[in-house]
Amino acid sequence: MTDLATYNFAYLDEQTKRMIRRAILKAISIPGYQVPFASREMPMPYGWGTGGVQVTAAILGPKDVLKVIDQGADDTTNAVSIRAFFQKVANVAVTTKTREATIIQTRHRIPEETLTAGQTLVYQVPIPEPLRFLEPRETETRKMHALEEYGLMHVKLYEDIARNGHIATTYAYPVKVEGRYVMDPSPTPKFDNPKMHMSEALQLFGAGREKRIYAVPPHTDVVSLDFEDHPFEIQHFDKPCALCGAEHVYLDEVVLDDKGGRMFVCSDTDHCEDRREHGHAGEMLARQEAAE
Amino acid sequence: MTQTPLLKVNDVSKFYGSRIGCRNVSFELWPGEVLAIVGESGSGKTTLLSCLSTRLMPSSGIVEYHMRDGQYRDLARMGEAERRFLMRTDWGFVHQNPADGLRMTVSAGANVGERLMAVGDRHYGNIRATAADWLRRVEIEEDRIDDQPRSFSGGMRQRLQIARNLVTSPRLVFMDEPTGGLDVSVQARLLDLVRGLVHDLGLSAIIVTHDLAVARLLSHRMMVMKDGLVIEQGLTDRVLDDPREPYTQLLVSSILQV
Repeated sequence: MTDLATYNFAYLDEQTKRMIRRAILKAISIPGYQVPFASREMPMPYGWGTGGVQVTAAILGPKDVLKVIDQGADDTTNAVSIRAFFQKVANVAVTTKTREATIIQTRHRIPEETLTAGQTLVYQVPIPEPLRFLEPRETETRKMHALEEYGLMHVKLYEDIARNGHIATTYAYPVKVEGRYVMDPSPTPKFDNPKMHMSEALQLFGAGREKRIYAVPPHTDVVSLDFEDHPFEIQHFDKPCALCGAEHVYLDEVVLDDKGGRMFVCSDTDHCEDRREHGHAGEMLARQEAAE
Repeated sequence: MTQTPLLKVNDVSKFYGSRIGCRNVSFELWPGEVLAIVGESGSGKTTLLSCLSTRLMPSSGIVEYHMRDGQYRDLARMGEAERRFLMRTDWGFVHQNPADGLRMTVSAGANVGERLMAVGDRHYGNIRATAADWLRRVEIEEDRIDDQPRSFSGGMRQRLQIARNLVTSPRLVFMDEPTGGLDVSVQARLLDLVRGLVHDLGLSAIIVTHDLAVARLLSHRMMVMKDGLVIEQGLTDRVLDDPREPYTQLLVSSILQV
């Protein structure tokens, strides 16, 4: 890689990395608190994970093994381009296996496989402020965080129940971290919220456009907000994954034709492939094999 | 009435640079008492109300509030967290324009329930039942509970704002021209409602108005302000029937008689 010389390791200059690391350390010491940082222009548009990329660049070392997922998949545009980016600018090893990765940058999912100590999950966050749509004034929301005035968050959930009969928020479901800060877990489905609770892995959140970093350190309480008579629930699926037969995983709906044909498959592609390698087969796969 | 005043105001002044907002205002407000502050626009009524309700810091003077634990606390020396907590539990603030006091994009039920959720109520059924009860008390039909205030008429919005403020059973309510912008028949209905609620709940209230009829109907006592100074105060009936100051006489005599 002779062209590496034109970039500093992992693209960002050392001063920037130092600044970001400082913000990360502060975020880790105050779980759920949004730390401002001087977000840089990255060679990709906002909304593509500029925050996550900067966090990853700041913590990446030459011995790290990187995995990048987008909606659970390793092979979608966002995942492929960010993975290629770090291969080019840091020359690090990459993988699609959750187990082998030391840093996993993610957009909108937490891997199905339980993360372990030593792994770091980096989230790409579009809007870090959970109160944004209820209280547009940033000065006011900061004050509300500072004074722990979180009644408004329940107003949103109240509205959900009043309109739909149940809490209809399905992603970016607000959580309370370590009994103090209310946090937006980025637009992950609420299915993944319980995985954040007492996780052994370090979880870092980067919002590039909004210039905020926040974190959930390992072994931290993460509780989804709810009402006593409308407790928090995760999504349930009627059928197992059509390819690997997995149950209790998050499934994507795939439209097959224009006659109403559809299938539900694991959103976590690595998990699905792993299961298939181990001989599990779902409905569609079994049918295919029978046809062959 | 109990023996101690709810609010003690001592020599409060507010200056905007060299301009005077209000000057050397002192009075005491007793539990269950309704005080009207009247005067023409620009006389410092709203500035005074803002100073009392901690929305503005007075330039000098002390405002003390009798807390539920029996202690008097200087509002200016209170921490922000405590002050905000006081404002959304023990106090109410009714704005002239309901849109300032309501969340226009959430339902009526959530508007009323917000304060309950802010003090830690986490039971949807109970919050909704309380909200429905309060809507009934301010004469809003219960089937409007899931409608947004933007679909409400001006009078309904104002009543909703009152319900939203009273749901935590505050002891002191500030009202800034509560009937401003409403037509006469709606005004009358609102005044009737407020009078009933104040009486039933034993509320203390400070009402800023330029409408002497509102003062006559609602308040026990009134203060007349001019150029930032309180020029006359006393029992409402006394001030209106037998005004002493020339300015008050002018004010009273300028009411249109139909």
